Amino acid sequence: MNSRPLASATGLIVFLAIWEAIARSGLVASTLLPAPSVLPGALISEVSLGFWHAMVIASMEHYLIGLFLGSLLGIACGMAVALFPRVDATQAWLARVLRPIPPLAWIPFAIIWFGVSQSAAAFIISIGIFWINYFAALTAVESVDKELIELSNAFGHRSFFARLVKVILPGAAPGILGGFRAGLGMGWMTVVAAELFGIIGIGSRMMEAAGLLATEVVIVYMLTIAFLYAVSDTLFVRVRDRLLQWQQ
Amino acid sequence: MAAIVEIDNLAAAFDANGEPAGSPVFANLDLTIERGEFVTLVGPSGAGKSTLLRIIADLMPARQGNVRKTMQQSAQRRPIAMVFQEARLMPWRRVRDNIAFGLEGLKVDKGERDRRIDDVLRLVGLADYGDRWPYELSGGQRQRVGIARALAVDPDLLLMDEPFGALDAITRQTLQDELLRIWHETGKSVLFVTHDIDEAVYLGDRVLLLGGSPATITQSYDIAAGRPRRRDQEQVTEAVTRVKRGLSQTFEGGAGI
Ligand SMILES: Nc1ncnc2c1ncn2[C@@H]1O[C@H](COP(=O)(O)OP(=O)(O)OP(=O)(O)O)[C@@H](O)[C@H]1O
Ligand SMILES: [Mg+2]
Repeated sequence: MNSRPLASATGLIVFLAIWEAIARSGLVASTLLPAPSVLPGALISEVSLGFWHAMVIASMEHYLIGLFLGSLLGIACGMAVALFPRVDATQAWLARVLRPIPPLAWIPFAIIWFGVSQSAAAFIISIGIFWINYFAALTAVESVDKELIELSNAFGHRSFFARLVKVILPGAAPGILGGFRAGLGMGWMTVVAAELFGIIGIGSRMMEAAGLLATEVVIVYMLTIAFLYAVSDTLFVRVRDRLLQWQQ
Repeated sequence: MAAIVEIDNLAAAFDANGEPAGSPVFANLDLTIERGEFVTLVGPSGAGKSTLLRIIADLMPARQGNVRKTMQQSAQRRPIAMVFQEARLMPWRRVRDNIAFGLEGLKVDKGERDRRIDDVLRLVGLADYGDRWPYELSGGQRQRVGIARALAVDPDLLLMDEPFGALDAITRQTLQDELLRIWHETGKSVLFVTHDIDEAVYLGDRVLLLGGSPATITQSYDIAAGRPRRRDQEQVTEAVTRVKRGLSQTFEGGAGI
């Protein structure tokens, strides 16, 4: 029934009430923990000063470019490695060396190569997304049912291209889309970090606000990111469920 | 009659790398299927029945020997179609699209394609199931879609690997009779693997036993009963007894069948 949304709404209200009570009790300084009731005001002021949508648009741009490049390259490379044994042999050690490097460790190089620019942020975001999609696509293609490949041979679809389009892509789709979804979340997590070094966006605005101890503004942007993530994930799940309606 | 398949001194094997090497599953296997003939093949589990069908369908190489096939080439049909031991449907295609799989790449226009799909769906008793996803079907219904998919390409040679093994007795008998009807009307050749001697005798012009180690074709029974047959017809029941006796002699009590 609808007792679940009710329960989670109750949980949220209780959580906000306790938060508000602690903030007002004077136990902690308001810069350390701003009360939730000041957040709407902070949001309105950020919006009316024009910061909010400027930052959201800038971050969105970094995010979308990083998401697009990281996913596309990650899926393409992961599939290529799974499909061609010779590529697999060359990449095995390369992936092992590069994979453990966290996206943020690339910041110095991103700035040297691209300057403090949109491209640098997009580059950093794309790295984490790349690896998630790479491994997801690799595993997804490797685990496509071999019997369906035999089936496709038996019914005359023996060319590489036919096998790719008729069996491998649809068979690997759930795994690939799962990787893409994980990248979708990962991207928002790195967006802020990628902008901490002065590239204009939500991250840089949060740093500015933190420097002025305007912690309520920091929280406004934290929630903004949570909101943007929720929207992109919800939209994506809709698309995915359409694409994968053949699964029970 | 002309032979559609002539198999000469065939051997199959698998080594650890999936290459056709090592000790053979079957060897010295000779088999000729005449055009229009219905041949049934029985033998213990692991004797290599599925492997033989795979080699005939060019799905794997033989270790030795060769298979000569004489088939009509046509852009509207496929010479060979296979019904696998399990249904093997593509879960991302609806029933109709699963059946269309073999038709893709043939010179069959959309109207003809739909007509063929409707035909085979009706044949296997799934006329109303075309728009379902495979997960919405029972195991037996899925198996029937696999059969429909093979029939849709209108093959010269139909390779069937225990196609009715998973079905209930009634559906099974219905499909046996449907298969005989299609075979009779279209003059297809059929190589049909089964564990069920009654089925082998009821369907086949000839029943072959595959057995031994390495396996080979140890016996071949011509079934004299004419067509159409009845299951309780004396020539049928008598042949069943004969094949069962032959089996128990060859395989010590028919173990594994
Ligand atoms: N891909 C494979 N790799 C290695 N060995 C295999 C492979 N496929 C089959 N075999 C072996 O070949 C032998 C014959 O297998 P096959 O599937 O042809 O038997 P079958 O007669 O169809 O048995 P069943 O009646 O149980 O279906 C078995 O011993 C099996 O272990
Ligand atoms: Mg088998």
